[in-house]
Amino acid sequence: MSAFGTDKRHHTLTVLVENKAGVLARVASLFSRRGYNIFSLAVAPTNDERFSRITIVVDVESAPLDQVMKQLDKLIPVVSITELAPETARERELLLATVHAAPETRGQVIQLVGVFEGKIIDVGLDCLTVMLAGAPTKLDDFEDLIRSYGIIELQRTGRVALPMLDRSDHGSRTSATVLGFTSHTEKAG
Amino acid sequence: MELTGAQALIKSLEKQQVEVMFGLPGGAILPVYDPIIDSSIRHILVRHEQGAGHMAEGYAQVTGRPGVAIVTSGPGATNIVTPLADAYMDSIPLVVVTGQVATSSIGSDAFQESDITGITMGITKHNWLITDAADIPRVVAEAFHVATTGRPGPVLIDVPKDVAQASMEWYWPQPSDLDLPGYHPVTEGDPELIRQAAELILAAERPVLYAGGGILKAGASEGLRELAERTGIPVVTTLMARGSFPDSHPLCLGMPGMHGNYTAVTAMQRSDLLIALGSRFDDRVTGRVDAFAPEAKVVHVDIDPAEHHKVRRADVAITGDCRSVIDDLLAALDAQGLPHSDATRGGSGGAPIDAVEGAPAVPGSVAASLPRARLSPWRARLSEWQERFPLVYDPADTSGGLKPQMVLETLRDATPDDTIVASGVGQHQMFASQWWKFDYPNTWVNSGGLGTMGFAVPAAIGAKVGRPDRTVWAVDGDGCFQMTAQELVTASSERIPVKIAILNNAYLGMVRQWQEMFYEERYSEVYLSPDLPDYVGWAESMGCVGIRVESPEEVAPAIDKANSIDDRPVVIDFRTDASEKVFPMVASGSSNDDIVVDPSQIRGDR
Repeated sequence: MSAFGTDKRHHTLTVLVENKAGVLARVASLFSRRGYNIFSLAVAPTNDERFSRITIVVDVESAPLDQVMKQLDKLIPVVSITELAPETARERELLLATVHAAPETRGQVIQLVGVFEGKIIDVGLDCLTVMLAGAPTKLDDFEDLIRSYGIIELQRTGRVALPMLDRSDHGSRTSATVLGFTSHTEKAG
Repeated sequence: MELTGAQALIKSLEKQQVEVMFGLPGGAILPVYDPIIDSSIRHILVRHEQGAGHMAEGYAQVTGRPGVAIVTSGPGATNIVTPLADAYMDSIPLVVVTGQVATSSIGSDAFQESDITGITMGITKHNWLITDAADIPRVVAEAFHVATTGRPGPVLIDVPKDVAQASMEWYWPQPSDLDLPGYHPVTEGDPELIRQAAELILAAERPVLYAGGGILKAGASEGLRELAERTGIPVVTTLMARGSFPDSHPLCLGMPGMHGNYTAVTAMQRSDLLIALGSRFDDRVTGRVDAFAPEAKVVHVDIDPAEHHKVRRADVAITGDCRSVIDDLLAALDAQGLPHSDATRGGSGGAPIDAVEGAPAVPGSVAASLPRARLSPWRARLSEWQERFPLVYDPADTSGGLKPQMVLETLRDATPDDTIVASGVGQHQMFASQWWKFDYPNTWVNSGGLGTMGFAVPAAIGAKVGRPDRTVWAVDGDGCFQMTAQELVTASSERIPVKIAILNNAYLGMVRQWQEMFYEERYSEVYLSPDLPDYVGWAESMGCVGIRVESPEEVAPAIDKANSIDDRPVVIDFRTDASEKVFPMVASGSSNDDIVVDPSQIRGDR
């Protein structure tokens, strides 16, 4: 099994940070020195150029989530932190893989990519490069299935996530909460 | 007005009302040293950059204002890493300015280049690498704001040489110009949580106020005293909080922790409610965490919410500044019907918190003259422990040299009550904390969290610069003294008359104590020699008065002589007994229930 299961140990934090030099290093250094485990990490600019968003999947068995969030919040360039529990998040990830696909197995690989609704983005003499976007568990399954054909190279982006939308008539638009353990996370959120 | 970056930097420090900075110039910081000549800011030239950092810490701890240090790039910057780590652990506001190689050279392994913002990322509250001279005033304003608000701490500003040389149009930022969208410390406690805390306090039968360094940082000593007196709840003051509540007050139990006194440690162990005020359940206080205060509920007030539930789960966790929360708590106690009583204010029960001469404290038990009848059984137990397990030593036994406790008692009694005491780290630090009587806030300057040997001499110098009106004594060990003694040259040349008491037992004493107790007296690399170096000769060569004291009858005259000298530093080399150990002691990893008292108290000799 892949390490990227969606068991309850994995919580997703989306961390809004100032878009300044060295901010990712501050976040990574914090996790390292306090002994928190990161399962995956993705960084991208936001639609506001002053800020970037870091999506971190943390192992909550390595440290209490409350501590991880509060320590993160102490970093001056961290503006807000949203915590998504596995059951309240829409999580997606992208996988690229180059797979052995000799003529006798090529059809099977193509079929598998079709079943998973992936795409073939490059074709070589005896291999294929495929792309698959989806929920992390789906990527785990795909990865398990193509392994027997021979994976030459495989990369995953680490997951990004947004809160599930709330479909009830009243209440907030989404089901996520920006944890308001200090007023500034509330304000900034 | 057009200024160079260097001029803008110094002008910005002046705008922040900096009166003194501690530093040492070098290549990359050269441009910044030029405008220092024309500045109103006093610059104290240290002999090693570590000294600059600890001086700034000592200054900050006694004045409550941020300490400022300025050093060059590379080794200058790395030499101040230890003080930054120290200040981070003890939440001391520092602003450190480092030179950096020119921006075009950064990353090229240039001469005296080091990635100081990377190195200090984990030991500063925040740091900045300035890449545009126009940012200098704003960054300086941000740096002072971050260092001094919320949970205070050290910050670092890295200034490349070309940025210092570039020109910029001077401005001074308004508070709204600060670019800190992620920084909004909370100072006011949540009223509902404060109400819950008040309920717990009124229901408790064996409560203890567990005061930490946050009391001093918040200037909450008066509030703490009112809270203690109105509720009748006894107070323990941690190593970082010595002086935040007067030792002479009948409700003061003194220091808890690994070398705390029996009553303070055991009061917490048996307590049913710990009211933690700006304290952080440090491992030296709790001993083995799962055996710490097993019956106690916890109210935890801290300005840093990350301290809540970090070590010990709190029943009520209040984020806020201690002064503000204590005031609100007093109001909540009023609202819940806690009667006002003058019985314990001032007068006979009161300690001399604002009396310079120090009115005599009520001797004896904590049970004296307290209002809350319901707590009487608790206070009676505490008094029993205090009578049964006071701090002890045998003054008559002088066979092995001076008793360090006796030296400290004599020193304490021969100096003004508001004397500032700085210490290094080790046995002498614990003896000083145990045997001094701290009746005033901000009179105890030590390295608590990091445990930095060599802290005392430079910290005392910084303290004396901050409070020239006070007598400043450093209580140091011989091991510590050798680490930073060169700063006495700084003190002599700058006419900063600090006084140093070296408790010279010729050993790394605390390590020796552990080797004696836990390593079957196998002494590994702890012997230092009593007279190599010759401390008196060394002191005199640095422009100080040096005095050696070997016999008990010389102790008081030597201290009197030192106290009479006010134009240069004085160093007294007290030859102390190497076999003397610090008791009580909770061994590392043990439960506080397994506190080891002085052997004489077990045998029942006294």
